[in-house]
Amino acid sequence: MTQRWRNPNGGWIDRSQPLHFTFNGVRHGGYAGDTLASALLANGVRIVGRSFKYHRPRGILALGAEEPNALVQLSVGAETEPNTKATQVELREGLVAASQNCWPSVRFDLGAMTGLFSRLLPAGFYYKTFMWPPRGWLAYEPFIRRMAGMGTCATEPDPDRYEHTHAHCDVLVIGSGPAGLAAARSAGQTGARVLLVDEGIRLGGSLLYERTLIDSAPSRDWIAGVEAELAAMPEVMVLRRATAFGYYDHNQVAVLERVNDHRARRSGDVRQRIWHVQANEVILATGAHERFLVFGNNDLPGVMLASAARGYLNAFAVRPGREAVMLANNDAAYEVARDLAEGGVSVRALLDVRPNPAGAAIDQLASTGIAVMPGASVTHAHGRSAVTGVTVAEIDNVGRPRGRSRDIACDLVCVSGGWSPAVHLHAQARGRPRYDPAIGGFVPGDSVQAERSVGAARGTFALEACIAEGANAGAEAARKAGFDVIARGANPIEAVASTPPLTIWSIGALPGTRYKRFVDFQNDVTDADIALAVREGYRSVEHVKRYTTLGMGTEQGKTSNTGGFAHVAAALEVDIASVGTTTFRPPYVPIALGALAGAEGGRHFMPNRRTAMHDEHLACGAVMLQSGPWLRPQCYPHASESLDDAARREAQAVRSSLGIVDVSTLGKFEVIGPDAVAFLERIYVNRIQTLKVGRCRYGVMLREDGIVFDDGTVTRLADEHYFVTTTTAQASLLARRLEYCHEVLWPELDLQLVNVTEQWAAIALAGPRSYDVLAGVVESGSVDNEALPYMGHTQVVIGGVASRIFRISFSGERAYELYVPAAYGASLWRRVLEAGKDFGITPYGIDSLNTLRIEKGHVAGGELDGRVTIDDLGLARMVKTDGDFIGRRGSMRPGLQDPARWQLVGVAPADGKAAVPPGAKIIAESVPGHYLGEVTSTTWSPMLQMPIALALVSAGRSRHGQTLVATSPLAKRDVSVVVRSPLFFDPEGARLHG
Amino acid sequence: MLIPCPHCGNRPHAEFTYGGDATLGPRPDGMAAYTVWMEFVYLRDNPCGPHREYWHHTLGCESWIVVERDTLTHRISGSSLPGTQETT
Repeated sequence: MTQRWRNPNGGWIDRSQPLHFTFNGVRHGGYAGDTLASALLANGVRIVGRSFKYHRPRGILALGAEEPNALVQLSVGAETEPNTKATQVELREGLVAASQNCWPSVRFDLGAMTGLFSRLLPAGFYYKTFMWPPRGWLAYEPFIRRMAGMGTCATEPDPDRYEHTHAHCDVLVIGSGPAGLAAARSAGQTGARVLLVDEGIRLGGSLLYERTLIDSAPSRDWIAGVEAELAAMPEVMVLRRATAFGYYDHNQVAVLERVNDHRARRSGDVRQRIWHVQANEVILATGAHERFLVFGNNDLPGVMLASAARGYLNAFAVRPGREAVMLANNDAAYEVARDLAEGGVSVRALLDVRPNPAGAAIDQLASTGIAVMPGASVTHAHGRSAVTGVTVAEIDNVGRPRGRSRDIACDLVCVSGGWSPAVHLHAQARGRPRYDPAIGGFVPGDSVQAERSVGAARGTFALEACIAEGANAGAEAARKAGFDVIARGANPIEAVASTPPLTIWSIGALPGTRYKRFVDFQNDVTDADIALAVREGYRSVEHVKRYTTLGMGTEQGKTSNTGGFAHVAAALEVDIASVGTTTFRPPYVPIALGALAGAEGGRHFMPNRRTAMHDEHLACGAVMLQSGPWLRPQCYPHASESLDDAARREAQAVRSSLGIVDVSTLGKFEVIGPDAVAFLERIYVNRIQTLKVGRCRYGVMLREDGIVFDDGTVTRLADEHYFVTTTTAQASLLARRLEYCHEVLWPELDLQLVNVTEQWAAIALAGPRSYDVLAGVVESGSVDNEALPYMGHTQVVIGGVASRIFRISFSGERAYELYVPAAYGASLWRRVLEAGKDFGITPYGIDSLNTLRIEKGHVAGGELDGRVTIDDLGLARMVKTDGDFIGRRGSMRPGLQDPARWQLVGVAPADGKAAVPPGAKIIAESVPGHYLGEVTSTTWSPMLQMPIALALVSAGRSRHGQTLVATSPLAKRDVSVVVRSPLFFDPEGARLHG
Repeated sequence: MLIPCPHCGNRPHAEFTYGGDATLGPRPDGMAAYTVWMEFVYLRDNPCGPHREYWHHTLGCESWIVVERDTLTHRISGSSLPGTQETT
C-alpha cells in the first residue's frame, strides 16, 4: 500500500491506525484522520470524476464542504450515496467509493465526446435545441439525462438509524477556528451554557491547516489549551463532526452530527443525529472560503486552491504535487509557498497579480529562492487529463495579458483569488450581506436575529484580530444572555505591514486562444455562459443563476458564486454591490432524507392509535386496517374465507341475529353547565332545547359557509349535562372548533367543554337478538322498551362498572351502544361476546359497518366531502326554523340554492348484477364527458343480493327512476345504473323498533 | 418559531395550530346584511407587517390564544387570551 505522496512526518493523521479503502475497484491505503480526498492524493489519484455536462476530467480543488469537483458514489447497495464530496468523507476501514458520470472509466470516458459539441451546449441549450420535431423530445430526453447528471440513488430503503434531539443554550458558537474557540472560552468563563459545534473531526478550524504560532508556541498547543479549559467547564458542551446547516426563526439552529459515519456500523447504531438547538445568542465563526481565478482550463486536475494545497500538506502530510506554480492576489499565498517548499514540493514560481507586492509576507519568501513574478498571471493551463504546465504572462491591473508569454512545466497550480466570508447562516437569519471591495467578497450586514459574526466570517483575516474578536463577542453574547462578565484588558494588536489584495475577476485570454474558462465548476458554467445569459436579456442575478445553473450544484457555489456575480455585474456594466447575491437557503450542506425523518419513518410516520379492545380484535382473528391514524378491524375472516366473503357474512349476521362492533374511535364530548343547551343550539342545525333528559338526537353541524361539517349524536344525560358524539375522522378538528366557539366566539356562555374521546370505550350491539344479550349482561337497571326506547339513554351497571347505554342505530337494526370507561373496554367486549355465544353473536368490522349503513342510506365520510349542504343530503327537515346557529346565514347564499346542485341518491345497477365502480362519475348516456355527479360509497347488499351505491347527482331527487351511466376511466368500465332513493332497505325503519 | 403561550410559556410552533385573523371583530348578528356575512366568512386583509391572529395550543394546554406576529420577520411581540387586552 505505497502512498508515494505521503510525507513520513507531520499532520494530524494517526499513523498507528492504517486503513484500507477501494476506489474504482483499486485498493489503496490511508490512515485514521484522512479524508477520502487526502487519501486519494496520498496515493497519487488525481482524476476523481468527470464534469456534469462536458465530461471533462476533474480532480480535487478544495478541503471541505466547498469542493465542487471531487464527487464520488459512496458505498454500495442500500447504503450507497451519490454526489458525496470526497473532501467530506472521513476515511474508514473497508470504505468503497467510485467515480460518477463516466463510462467506461474515469480515465477514459466516452462521455467526453460531448466536449466536441460544446458549442451546441451552452447554458440553457435545452431551451433552444432538441425542439423539433416535438415528439422527438421523448427520444432525446432519456439520452440527455443519461449523459448529464451525477451518481445513482439507492433503490433500497435506508438501513440506517437516525434520531433527533434538542438542546438549549445561552450561547451557540458555530465554528472552532481561532475566533470560535476564543468566543466559546470567554462565554464559558461567565458560567453561561455554551454549545460549541464544528464540522471537523477535531477543533481548530483553519489553524489545523496552517503552521502558525500563537503566543510563540505552535497553534496546536493553543488549541489543546483551550480545549482543556472548555472541558473543565461543566456548562460547556462541544460537538465535533457537527455541521450547523440551517438558521431558523427565533434563534433556532439545526445541526447535523455525523455520529457513526466514520465507523463500520453495528446494528442499532445511530448513524446521524440532528440537533434542534434553541440559543439565546449565536456567534457565527464560520470562516471564509477561498476563491479561485478564472483563466483558461482552470478546471484541470492539479489546479487547486492554495489553502487546500497547504491544508493537505500540513494536516494530512500529503504532497499535492511535485512541481507547483502559485497564482495569487493576496499575501496569504506566500505562506503557502513557504509551507509547500518546506514540505517537499518544488515551487517553480509565484505569480502575484498585484504589480507591487511588499511587506513581511513577501520578505519572508525572499530567502527560499522561489521566483516571485509581480504583475503577472497564468493565462491558461495545459494538459489533457491533468495539469502538465501553464502559460504565464504579465497582466495589467484588470487582468489583460500584455507582453510576451512563456510556459512553465508543473503538475500543480495553487490558486488564491481572495476569500469570501461564509455568510450563509447570517443570511439565512435574515441578515443582508453587503459587498466589501477591500476583500472582494460579501461580508455580513446588519443582523436581524440575535447573532453576530467573528473572524474570517466577518472579513477579519489577521489571526490576533480573529482571536480578539471572538473573545469580545463571546463575552458580549454571554452578557446579553444575562451573565456577568469580568472585564479584561484587551491585548493590543500589532499592525502588520501588508499589501491589500487586488481583486481581478477574470484573467484575459491570450490573443488567438480559445480555452474554456470556468466560473462554476460543478455545473460546467463558463464565463461565456454568463455573458450569453446577460445578452439574452437576463438582468437579475437570480435569473442568471437559474438560466446558467451558476451556484446550483451540491456545494451551492461556495467558491464560485462571488466570481459569478462579478461576471454578471461586468456584463451589465454595473457595480457588483448593486447586483447583490442570490438568496441563501438551508441546508448549508446536503442532508440525507433519512436524517431529516429521524425516527419518524415507515410505521412511525404517523402515530398509531389503538382502541382499548385492540388485543381482543386480534384474538378474534381480525384483519386490521389503517384508517387515518386508527387501527381498526376491517373484518374477522374465518379460515380460508376471503375478506369480501367475511364482510358479507358479518353484515348478514347483523341483520339476521346479532353483531358486535368496536365504535370507540368516535369523538366524544361532555358539555356541562347552565348555558350548555344555548351553546349546543348555536352549533347544531337541530333544535336542542326540546331534548329531554334520557333522550338522544341525531345532530348535524355546519361550517360558517353553510357546508356540512360533521354529523353525530347529542344526548341529554341530566338537566345541564349533554353528551356529544362526532365522526371518527373529524374528532380532533371538532375539538379545536368547539373550543374556538367556547373561548373565542361566546366566552360569555357559562359551560364546561371536555374532550373525552379517549376516556370512553364503546361497543355497538346490533341485530334482532341484541336486546336479549344486553338484558343478559346488565346487572342493575332496566333496558326494556319502556326504560330505553329508541333514541333513548340510560345508565346501568355491567360487570360492576357503571355503563352508559344509548339506543341509537347506524346499521338500521335494533341496536344499543354501550359506553364504559376505556380501562374496562376489553373486559366489556369479552363479557358481551361470551353472553352472546348462544345467540350467534358475530364480531363485525368497518367493511360490514359500511355495508349496513349504505343499505340504510346513512351518510359518512364519502358523502361529507366538504362540498355538500344539508339540503343536498335530503336532511333539510332537521333544520330548526328560528334561532341562529353556525352556518345559517351561509346556507342562505344564492349559490347554495341552485336546483341543479348534486343531491344524495341511491344508485343500483340496471342489470341487477354489475358492480358500480367506486369513484365512478355519473353521466347521461347521450352526453358523455359532462358529469352529472359521482359515486361516493359502494358495497354489495346482502339484503338486496346485488351491488348498490350512494351517489351525489345533479338534481338527484327529481331523477328517481332515470337510467344513467356510472363511468370509471380508471377501471375502464361503464355501468348502467338506475337512480333511486338512498333508503335501499327497510325505508320505514321498522326494524329499529322490532 | 417559538410562540409564547400565556399558560405554558415559550413553546415550539409545532405544538400549535394556526387559527386565522383575530381582528375580524365580533361575529355578525344572524340577520345582519348578506354582504356583512360574506365579508366575515371570506374576506381577509393580508398585511405585510404586524398581525394579530389566533393560535390553538393543540399539543399543550389546548387553549386558544391571540398572538401578535410580524408576518414579514416572524417576530412575535406578545400574546394574550381571547377577550383580554393584556399581552404578555
